[in-house]
Amino acid sequence: MSDKTEQLAQQLEQRLASYNVVVSTAFEEVTVQVPADTIIDVCTILRDEPALAFEQLMDVCGVDYLEHAQPLDSEKRYAVVYHLLSLSKNQRLRVKAFVDSEFPVIASVIDVWASTNWFEREAFDLFGIVFEGHPDLRRILTDYGFVGHPFRKDFPLTGNVEMRYDEEKKRVIYEPVSIEPRITVPRTVREDHRYVDTNEEGGA
Amino acid sequence: MAEINSYTINFGPQHPAAHGVLRLILEMEGEVIQRADPHVGLLHRATEKLAESKPFNQTIPYMDRLDYVSMMCNEHAYVMALEKMLGIDVPIRAQYIRVMFDEVTRILNHLMQLGSHALDVGAMTVFFYAFREREALMDAYEAVSGARMHAAYYRVGGVYRDLPGRMSQHEESKWHNRKDVERLNRNRQGSLLDFLEDFTEYFPSRVDEYETLLTNNRIWKQRLVDIGIVTPERALQLGFTGPMLRGSGVEWDVRKKQPYEVYDRLDFDIPVGSNGDCYDRYLVRIEEMRQSNNIIKQCIEWLRNNPGPVMVDEHKVTPPKREEMKGDMESLIHHFKLFTEGYTVPAGEIYSAIEHPKGEFGIYMVSDGANKPYRLKIRAPGFAHLSALDEMTRGHMLADVVAVIGTQDIVFGEIDR
Repeated sequence: MSDKTEQLAQQLEQRLASYNVVVSTAFEEVTVQVPADTIIDVCTILRDEPALAFEQLMDVCGVDYLEHAQPLDSEKRYAVVYHLLSLSKNQRLRVKAFVDSEFPVIASVIDVWASTNWFEREAFDLFGIVFEGHPDLRRILTDYGFVGHPFRKDFPLTGNVEMRYDEEKKRVIYEPVSIEPRITVPRTVREDHRYVDTNEEGGA
Repeated sequence: MAEINSYTINFGPQHPAAHGVLRLILEMEGEVIQRADPHVGLLHRATEKLAESKPFNQTIPYMDRLDYVSMMCNEHAYVMALEKMLGIDVPIRAQYIRVMFDEVTRILNHLMQLGSHALDVGAMTVFFYAFREREALMDAYEAVSGARMHAAYYRVGGVYRDLPGRMSQHEESKWHNRKDVERLNRNRQGSLLDFLEDFTEYFPSRVDEYETLLTNNRIWKQRLVDIGIVTPERALQLGFTGPMLRGSGVEWDVRKKQPYEVYDRLDFDIPVGSNGDCYDRYLVRIEEMRQSNNIIKQCIEWLRNNPGPVMVDEHKVTPPKREEMKGDMESLIHHFKLFTEGYTVPAGEIYSAIEHPKGEFGIYMVSDGANKPYRLKIRAPGFAHLSALDEMTRGHMLADVVAVIGTQDIVFGEIDR
């Protein structure tokens, strides 16, 4: 298995050398970090190159790196992560593109894989990442008329508004949330030696 | 008066054939569908965001509530992601137990799919038959976890406890007299494995029963054959997985191609369809139930002969034994730390996929070294399938939408997350 990931990583480095990509392997998985403006070109190569042949796009999602404990090598706050699967070569690949913090925009890969349609709508809905060229970029999971992008790290877990039926007005009304946010278990990062060994093992 | 042919109708979210809370906006031309626009998200609970605020172990019960008809499979993908990151090797007995319950879950799911699909199309009997068998499997769930549905049985490092040696018994009540109770308790005298073995003995004949009702049934065939055809190329493009992909004739099963746990030691086949219509997908699911039944048999056989631990002996992630805690300071500390803070996972990211009854269920997890996930993304198979509803129903009649929803095996817990 690890031979295979090594081989894939080498292949990718050679084939995508002109696109300024960063190939890394961890936990027996290969990740390619690509500049956001080359995403369509890179994805087309990944799909059409017979040696790679990633026929299927499994998943697209956004990640917000605002509160990440490790300092990032990139100034950009959001990442769009694509998970690809090659059925003929029986291997997986993760493609990652960082996008701008102010106006997160990236080209849609809908012409490469049709399955990206709803996944990109979801990333738009939850993170506010705009996919240029998407034919139908509407909200998908949140309510009609929802304001904000709930999975951003600066969006509170309890939300901003709550809804109830008003007996007098005879309709549903929105009010500011009345719940106090609380943290039952604090977030802790342990930097002791306990996990160093397993980390190296997994990364090898 | 002008004749109006094209109109838009609203289907759901309260509709018995909507499998939960699907709202469809259908643009019709007479009775032919021009465009179907599913509105999802009515069951959105932000599981992924909730997980970011909780220690890793507390998210396991949320996994049950994603696809609420195949509970343990969801848990499996989640704990597997964590195990990969922590570098934990699960004891072999726990792996067999997991595989056995994955297959129990697959049968549970397919029975639900079959029953509700048949009900949607107009055959009521199958639903009752399917639920009769589901009852036995839920008893198996209850025996190991105490809960009929939301089990939270798989834990990081194994499963919560070993298989029980005896089954709970029915008791006499207003509704069951002694004779009933005796009949109900007949196959519950031994251990859970005996109970499941008894199930695997009679289950194939029950599948035959469903097939007698449906496979050559004229109405069933008229409603399913050549409805919602998906070519293999389109199925790949649309991100189909599981029976939806295999129904189109693509031989792909994560259990076979990228085996996890002990699937590489078990003997089973992958059924594939040829036409990619609803009927083929029905046949694929029927055969998968038979295959799952065989896998369960093989697991029972192995589990009978190979006792052993079901949880790793690593008390950073699994609670120590109660007796140890009473006398051993270190165990007490482990216990306290585990239940107050949880465990931290090395920084990094992982994608762990399993062959869920509906398709590929994946967990993408980003960790920054904390005791909570930094980001958790659930790749739900139903999400990709439902997004193709428009393409699958276009040009079909209104009644066929119901057949297509049934064949896609839509469950809103996983689509809306």
